[in-house]
Amino acid sequence: MYINLRRKPLLSVIADDLSCGGTYTGKEAMGLLWSMRPVPGSREGLRLRKLNVCIPQLVNISVYSGHVGVGFREQDPLASVLTERWYMAPGVRRIDIKEKGVRGTLFIPHGPGPFPGLLDMWGGGGGLLEYRAALLASHGYASMALEYFNPAEVNTAELELNYFETAFNIVRDHPQVMSDRVGLFGLSLGSIVSISLAAWSSVVKPRCCVCISGNHTHARGGTIGDVFNEFITNVHKVRMDENNYEIWRGMGLPIPDDISQKVDVGKINCPILLVNGDDDQNWPTVESAEDMAQMMRAAGNEHLLTRLEYPDAGHLIEPPYSPHFRATKFLKDGQKVILLWGGTTKPHSDAQEDSWKKILAFLQQNMYSSSGPRAKL
Amino acid sequence: MDMKQHCVKLSVQPSRGLVDEKFTVLVQNLLPGFQLTIHALHQCEDGHSWEAFAHYTANATSIVNVSQDPSLGGTYSGVEPMGLLWSLRPVPGSKTGLRLRKMNVQTPMGVTISVYQGHQKEGFLDQVLLASVVVERWYMAPGVRRVPITEGRLTATLFLPSGPGPFPGLLDLWGWGGKLVEYRAALLASHGIASMALDYLTPKETGRMVDNDYFETAYRVLEQHPQILGSRIAMLGLSFGAGVTLRMAVYSKGLKLSCAVCINGSHVQPIDGPLEQIMTYFNKNVEKTRFDEDNQLICRDLMLPIPTDPSLKVDVGRLQCPLLLVVGEDDQNWPTYESAMDMREMMERAGNSHLLTVLSYKNAGHLIQPPFTPFTRASTFKSVTIPPFTMMALWGGELVAHSRAQEDAWRKTLVFLRENLYGDMKPGALFSNL
Repeated sequence: MYINLRRKPLLSVIADDLSCGGTYTGKEAMGLLWSMRPVPGSREGLRLRKLNVCIPQLVNISVYSGHVGVGFREQDPLASVLTERWYMAPGVRRIDIKEKGVRGTLFIPHGPGPFPGLLDMWGGGGGLLEYRAALLASHGYASMALEYFNPAEVNTAELELNYFETAFNIVRDHPQVMSDRVGLFGLSLGSIVSISLAAWSSVVKPRCCVCISGNHTHARGGTIGDVFNEFITNVHKVRMDENNYEIWRGMGLPIPDDISQKVDVGKINCPILLVNGDDDQNWPTVESAEDMAQMMRAAGNEHLLTRLEYPDAGHLIEPPYSPHFRATKFLKDGQKVILLWGGTTKPHSDAQEDSWKKILAFLQQNMYSSSGPRAKL
Repeated sequence: MDMKQHCVKLSVQPSRGLVDEKFTVLVQNLLPGFQLTIHALHQCEDGHSWEAFAHYTANATSIVNVSQDPSLGGTYSGVEPMGLLWSLRPVPGSKTGLRLRKMNVQTPMGVTISVYQGHQKEGFLDQVLLASVVVERWYMAPGVRRVPITEGRLTATLFLPSGPGPFPGLLDLWGWGGKLVEYRAALLASHGIASMALDYLTPKETGRMVDNDYFETAYRVLEQHPQILGSRIAMLGLSFGAGVTLRMAVYSKGLKLSCAVCINGSHVQPIDGPLEQIMTYFNKNVEKTRFDEDNQLICRDLMLPIPTDPSLKVDVGRLQCPLLLVVGEDDQNWPTYESAMDMREMMERAGNSHLLTVLSYKNAGHLIQPPFTPFTRASTFKSVTIPPFTMMALWGGELVAHSRAQEDAWRKTLVFLRENLYGDMKPGALFSNL
């Protein structure tokens, strides 16, 4: 909601003016996107994710008279425009991948190439989410969104590290990918996979890794299902908040001292960027990052590590202007629960914006620059 | 050093936009002092290829930013953020007399921007391509609706802006080439004005020249449309369409215009009798046309000298709405400048010159179009006269001056239209309490 303080009433620029109330306040050029939330009366635990990236997200921006808080659909707006938000830039190509048992979608930037490549992995929700890989391709990286288990079947996922090695090599061997410039990009369980590959794989040599909301606290070997089940062994440590949302972060504490219970991050030999929110209620990712730093210091490879930590940001750090989801539905053992991801909307949205800028700079430095990989931004 | 190993990074932001929006072309990860060519390629609907290119040298920061760095040569030079579009020209070997016009406005104009090593002038397809992106340029903003108009025997298309409305309206007229040309009306709707592109020379029903009642019907369709403010309708015309606009604005009882915009037109025309008479009048003077050294037809003398006989000029002294005249001083097709000066004199004598705004551009030609439209100094023209004739018409203008004129005139035209169409409207209770 705005009061127009300018003398010429016809010209009001949202980027410069102050909102005095609504789903965001203050001077927020993009607040209309990141503060979006389900309309009153919606089901609980919804999460907004674009599945079809070949068409844009449509957002209707309207102006209403007065300071209105509810009942927008019953009122006539003064004016309204439609905006399109795209994950795929013009010319980006989308290719279904189904080879060597690997399932995914590869997005290739426009142009002659070859391009640096990325393997893009999401977390414990499963399925095939393409939007971040599409967006990364729009920024010049041939990116493959990887599917590694069906939705809600994480605890029975039978894949082991070699599945990811095969997937990595599919990207690496693509004629339009520079085979010595392929990196790993993950969130949550996807980050865990990335860290494991970087440390343990003798087959893949990532050029660099971006790990959002990940951790290193699992033993070597086993399937993805095993890893996940190992995490949730200590189910008695799950707490419930006042809304009965599940807080899982306790299951990850304390960080074990025993190195055999953790990924040996001292063996990582590529730049690695860790992005975490300090209000992550799903996993103790900041504590994990701190422990990784100590292990890497002891091993002498800490110069490869960059840590970004954001106050009051939660677990689901997504591309900029994505709405913030503090808690959403998750299928656990066939049961619908609501997990608390954490974060407060404004700082979480700032974290998404800032981290994305820094992620792109990190990728550019390590994947495009010819001066060799560099960890520090 | 082989630049292929070096990974040049090209980006154009925004990669999707309206045709009148600026973009930023950025090339990163270069070596200082590296020479490159930035190239634009567009294949138009007729299948012809258009290209533009510019030579740059990377500075110490290893970046080339087209909005800030000078082109050292090519189809444009100096610092020109949008030069890659307005300097587009047919690729070598193309037919002569081509003109770039988008007829299907529901799809974007796709332009491929590429980076080549070295300062290249030709044979781009055979050169080493370092990077390439595709940019979409749209005449229709998201949410703009395209509505073919079939009532009243009109051949027209209405473009409604996004949103509930109601919106001010506008009748959009082109010139003597006829056909239903939609792109300017689509772009105006993208700026909030419900605009109707009107074909008045080759209408489907009769196949012959229309008369005043045709425009009055078009006006009524706008006036009665539930999403259009009947009391806020403008008319905009280019070339012959500008003359029609002046005629309707002054003499038509059925049209009450909030304002009028005339681009490179004239008030010179026989005012008694039907519109067809104008053709006859021009045909009578056809021996005044001449050819330049390239055999291109110059028509501007057809209407010169500006007659003193009042029956041969629209009496702009009787105009009651604001009028914006856009003048290309190097217009070789119509005597736009002389007509504008005569109109000003008439209005000063009549005491209504406060309604007149003239935008006059040195070295701009006849075809003053939306910004970044590639400049065409002469092109093949097929008239709709009976019998029709095809010739190479000289439009006039010089590349850079004409392109600047297009940008400046469009900006000022939008301001003029907004001021006169939105003007003193109360936008709602929100502001009335301040």
